Amino acid sequence: METLITILAGVLVTVATYLILSRSLIRVILGTAILSHAAHLLLMTMGGLKQGSVPLLGEDAGSYVDALPQALILTSIVISFAVTALFLVLAYRTYQETGTDNLDELRGFKDE
Amino acid sequence: MIKKELFYVLIEGGILLDDIALGNNIPFLFAILIPILYKYTKRIHTGWFVLIAPFVLFIYFLSYLPVTSAGDAISQTLNWVPSLGINFNLYVDGLSLLFALLITGIGALVVLYSIFYLSKKTEKLNNFYVYLMLFMGAMLGIVLSDNIIVIYVFWEITSIASSLLISYWFYRKKSTDGAVKSMLITVFGGLSMLGGFSLLYVISGTFSIRELIANADMIATSSLFLPAMLLVLLGAFTKSAQFPFHIWLPDAMEAPTPVSAYLHSATMVKAGIYLVARFTPVFGGAAEWFWIISIVGTVTLFWGSISAVRQKDLKSILAFSTISQLGLIMTLLGLGSAAYYYGNGVEDTLYTTAILAAVFHLINHATFKGSLFMTAGIVDHETGTRDIRKLGGLMTIMPITATVSLIGLASMAGLPPFNGFLSKELFFTGTVNVTSFDFFNLETWGILFPLVAWIASVFTFLYCIILFMKTFTGKFKPENYDGHVHEAPWGMLISPMILGSLVIIFGLFPNLLSSSIIEPAMAAILPEAQGFDVNISHWHGFNTELFMTIGVVVFGVLLYMMMRKWSQTAFYQRERDPFNQLYDHWYDGLIKGSQAVTRIQMTGLLRDYMAYMAIFIVMILGYTMIRYNAFAIDMTNVSEITPYMWLLVIVFTAATIAVPFINNRITAVIVIGVIGFLLALFFVQFRAPDLALTQLLVETVTIVLFMLVFQRLPKLKKEKSRPRFKLINLIISLGVGGVFTTIALSAFAFRNDVNFPSIAEYFIENSKVLGGGYNMVNVILVDFRGLDTMLEILVLAIAALGVYTLIKLRLKGSEDV
Repeated sequence: METLITILAGVLVTVATYLILSRSLIRVILGTAILSHAAHLLLMTMGGLKQGSVPLLGEDAGSYVDALPQALILTSIVISFAVTALFLVLAYRTYQETGTDNLDELRGFKDE
Repeated sequence: MIKKELFYVLIEGGILLDDIALGNNIPFLFAILIPILYKYTKRIHTGWFVLIAPFVLFIYFLSYLPVTSAGDAISQTLNWVPSLGINFNLYVDGLSLLFALLITGIGALVVLYSIFYLSKKTEKLNNFYVYLMLFMGAMLGIVLSDNIIVIYVFWEITSIASSLLISYWFYRKKSTDGAVKSMLITVFGGLSMLGGFSLLYVISGTFSIRELIANADMIATSSLFLPAMLLVLLGAFTKSAQFPFHIWLPDAMEAPTPVSAYLHSATMVKAGIYLVARFTPVFGGAAEWFWIISIVGTVTLFWGSISAVRQKDLKSILAFSTISQLGLIMTLLGLGSAAYYYGNGVEDTLYTTAILAAVFHLINHATFKGSLFMTAGIVDHETGTRDIRKLGGLMTIMPITATVSLIGLASMAGLPPFNGFLSKELFFTGTVNVTSFDFFNLETWGILFPLVAWIASVFTFLYCIILFMKTFTGKFKPENYDGHVHEAPWGMLISPMILGSLVIIFGLFPNLLSSSIIEPAMAAILPEAQGFDVNISHWHGFNTELFMTIGVVVFGVLLYMMMRKWSQTAFYQRERDPFNQLYDHWYDGLIKGSQAVTRIQMTGLLRDYMAYMAIFIVMILGYTMIRYNAFAIDMTNVSEITPYMWLLVIVFTAATIAVPFINNRITAVIVIGVIGFLLALFFVQFRAPDLALTQLLVETVTIVLFMLVFQRLPKLKKEKSRPRFKLINLIISLGVGGVFTTIALSAFAFRNDVNFPSIAEYFIENSKVLGGGYNMVNVILVDFRGLDTMLEILVLAIAALGVYTLIKLRLKGSEDV
């Protein structure tokens, strides 16, 4: 299963890169959202997807799945959420001030 | 002792370091004091105060003459950076003293001359004298220092001071251009020299010239010998205006004439000569050293003399003449280094003649060239022009200037009884001697040296005649000059007259200097061969050199007589050195080239930068993978896939691939939401309840945010790009995805090889015991790795603040935050 999920993460990275390379700011934001999904999937997979019980000690089980990657991903989800939120508002403000979401047209001021 | 007394008068109550160190630093102290003096004593010309420094120093250095002529040297150390071996190791031997006397002696005369040359009403004298004192101090530092790093520091200060002086009239474009040019070329050389010094340190482990000389054998056998030598020589050649780095010197003539006389004829341009002479005991004896210096010197000598002939500006002629004479001295140092071919300097007149001629001509050149620049300055000052096509008939109007010029020019041309004749004779002897050397392939090529030297001397003779005849003889045309032309004030004439009389004195009594100055200087260049017996005389009998001199005079006069014919040729009409074009092209090309590179690379488009980064990452990672053959896929440790997972993966993939094709923002938000919720389902499958919970919540909030913002953003348009653009993007994306997947797969496979135990067991055992909780993920987040969580909360807080600020804070264009 690890191989499959890794390839899946690769597909996510490909799509995310393609979106980030596009001209529309909205697509770039979509791309970053997908890229963070790919990172989370990869973190999970590299920890090993062995079958075991959920990491709750109350469960009466022989083995548990690794808890550390889960903690890392949890932190990462929150951070990427914060960044996405800021990025979205930034895009919104940019559009309000400049009237465009096309990155080719966002060329700074002439006198700079 | 006179020395001590003078000292105490000068530094009463001041901070005293030590004798030589203080001598070296007096000009710097003056440089600090001058602006204050200038401000409070407007009525007296600042130059009078400045004059004290070089004058006192000259007398002070004279007091060392008995020491060095006895063959001794004085050394002194002032710690600077002892841990790196960089200290002010001052060392005075014959060569240092010769230069120190030149610097201070001519410095005093130049300051005296400048007092009358520069008006105290119109000129910013404080700038001028501060720069001049900086220069003098740095120059003394170069010649007195034994530590090569300290030499380098002072070397660069002379470059800076020289550029400041060239651009003294900074409102003239030609001045600043000349300053930039000299700065670029000499600093280029200076940096190369620093490289050479560093290599010498690498070879020998010392910065001291004394110790380098002591380790000369070790240096000669090192593989870094040639690079070190070439780099040091680059420094010497650029500073001393050797071919093809000579182009900065004619443009430096935009400086005030006292500066040209001091820096660009007598002192700074001789720093390279000093360096070569100083390093002869280190590098001498190698065929490369001999050939490079001799050839560069000879080419410079030749090129400078023929270029000088076609100049029409007094100072330009003198500039090219300086280049030519520096080439002459350089040639002699190169030829003299052959002495080291047989071990460390054998005493043999064949070789030592060249060194003697170099040292002697060094002194002579400083005297006559200084006086010539000063007289050219007088002509300029009194007539308002330096163009030889306008000048003429000044002999009766400026008799003293004309006489001093005549003496200087005759000496430069090499006529008896002036000192230039003696050094030229010695020069010819040196080059003729080369023909009898039987090493370094000199049997075949040696004959070229006297030949080229002779041709260059003919041209030297020619431009000397031109200088004198065009300026002082002929018809006086008052309409060419603005205002009334008259002889210069006495104050201005004193310095050239002193130098002119030195020319005669050294010419008539050449052995005045031999035991006191020339022999110790030669001993410093050839330390192993002691006991020179220098005896310079005018008459050697009828020998080759005499016939060469007669030939020079005859051909020179003939060429001058035929000047009307050859002055029509293109060669004579073209004034500017062709090598300037090379420099100009390089300079423009550098600016245009860097602009072009910047334009290509800095497009200002996010997409391009992202593409650069992606391409670079793919290339570097892909290369590393291939280089170490790090591809591996390991299926042994893989868990099995349930049909349910297959379904999830297929839907997930389909949803993701669909995103770039969506041209409707609502659809886009929905699909993004689908992807997020599917990810939550994955987390459920991977036995991660907390992750699934968080992912669900975060995804929901994100979707809400997307909806809020998208409603205010424009409609998601179809990307109107050319197919090629899309194709390139696709290729880059596939590359990134491919490298990413390969690395992840390989890492997973290699993980099994290494087989480190996971620390998961620790958490299983201790979550309850140490953390008091059953949920391992939560215990890790708040107990074992609580710091992560704290900072993650901080991130959220900052993002919230950022969002709030972005929405609330509205500043108008000119408003400050």
